[in-house]
Amino acid sequence: MATDIIIHDKKDNVGVVVIEKITPKQDCKCWIMEDDSSTNIQSMDEIPLGHKIAMTDLKEGDTILKYGHDIGKVVKSIKKGEHVHVHNVKTKKW
Amino acid sequence: MEIPKSFLGYKRENGRAGTRNHVIILPVDDISNACAEAVANNIKGTIALPHSYGRLQFGADLELHFRTMIGTGSNPNVAAVIVIGIEPKWTKKIVDGIAKTGKPVEGFHIERTGDIGTVMKASKRAQELVMWASEKQREECPISDLWISVKCGESDTTSGLASNPTVGNLMDKLEPLGVHLCFGETSELTGAEKVCATRGATKEASEKFMKTWSAYNDFILKEATDDLSESQPTAGNIAGGLTTIEEKAFGNFQKIGNCKFIDVLEPAEEPKKGKGLYFMDTSSAAAECVTLQAAAGFNIHLFPTGQGNIVGNPIEPVVKLTANPLTAKSMSEHVDCDVSKILSREMNLSEAGDKLIETTLRVANGRLTCAEALGHKEFVMTKLYRSA
Repeated sequence: MATDIIIHDKKDNVGVVVIEKITPKQDCKCWIMEDDSSTNIQSMDEIPLGHKIAMTDLKEGDTILKYGHDIGKVVKSIKKGEHVHVHNVKTKKW
Repeated sequence: MEIPKSFLGYKRENGRAGTRNHVIILPVDDISNACAEAVANNIKGTIALPHSYGRLQFGADLELHFRTMIGTGSNPNVAAVIVIGIEPKWTKKIVDGIAKTGKPVEGFHIERTGDIGTVMKASKRAQELVMWASEKQREECPISDLWISVKCGESDTTSGLASNPTVGNLMDKLEPLGVHLCFGETSELTGAEKVCATRGATKEASEKFMKTWSAYNDFILKEATDDLSESQPTAGNIAGGLTTIEEKAFGNFQKIGNCKFIDVLEPAEEPKKGKGLYFMDTSSAAAECVTLQAAAGFNIHLFPTGQGNIVGNPIEPVVKLTANPLTAKSMSEHVDCDVSKILSREMNLSEAGDKLIETTLRVANGRLTCAEALGHKEFVMTKLYRSA
């Protein structure tokens, strides 16, 4: 029942860490809220509570989807399982 | 859970109900703060609401000042009001505005009397009012007398995952019971503005929302020297895992559940279209937003936080909830409702919504919020532009 990562929407390419932290090479359980399904991912980085993990490989210019919506663009390529944050993603606004 | 149909509130002269029974000493302007605070110090059980403005304002900014002053005094959580200003004219304007509610209100001006004489006269009247108000009893009021405002702060990804959706779940359950609801934070809907616009109950409401958001965005584009990414998301948001304003906006937006907004309000404007959800054009700074919502007549506030915002308001009780287990543990004295078990899947959203309804009603019935017990009384006027 417990989960390490929550994903809002099936379309999302990122998930949110909901335990205190995940460590590199950890096999993580993921729960997709939208359809109550489950999946797994192996992490590449240490990622703290509340921070995002890439669920797929992403290249520069790709759109990050969360809640099924566009939340910004990739500015530095990201591998599946890596930490997604201000160092590799930027707003499309402002 | 069967939702209670009533709460214990203070019935007011104009038919509204309060969750609190404050007697406030309201300064019209910055230079009357000292007098107001002296009166509140003399007369126990009254509170002064000092602030920074009220001189040489003009146009829409001055109108907002009066609307906030009159609205604060008119809020049903306030039993009676003493207004103190430097000059008679603006003091009277605020007194007359509050008097329309039928509650006791009296104004004093300082010119030609000085602080000491004014403090003496105002203290005598404040004593009568607070002793009169102290005999008011809580009575059974229908749940539809609750006017609930919401605003989130120090958000992180747990806000969008769990604490904001908990507020949304409460809205979905209470809206059919005839409550008034209000969300704001124009800037923090940036990125989700088009999706938010589709949640207008009518074409007019949707268009009014887009007009309000666009005016705000134009202002940002005009004033911004670089970009807003230093301010939005905030350093606290980023520490909590939020990366962009769009991500913050979609998380923020979870607070309204599946409800549709029936109208768009100016800052501090009282809703006039009856029960249901309203959007108010506000800043996303916590104290400014809650002050505006309280001035519009909302009598209880729900405040989801991720990293731990600690804001309170002098007249509208602010109920904090968090889904961040670290915040719930390390800042427990600020958390009225802990919904962190959603993240570990030990609690579902509906259970969390029920827990929040229960907390909200206990506070409406008189239980102090954490912010009240800790003395948080942030009263912050919104200023639109510089004074004359």
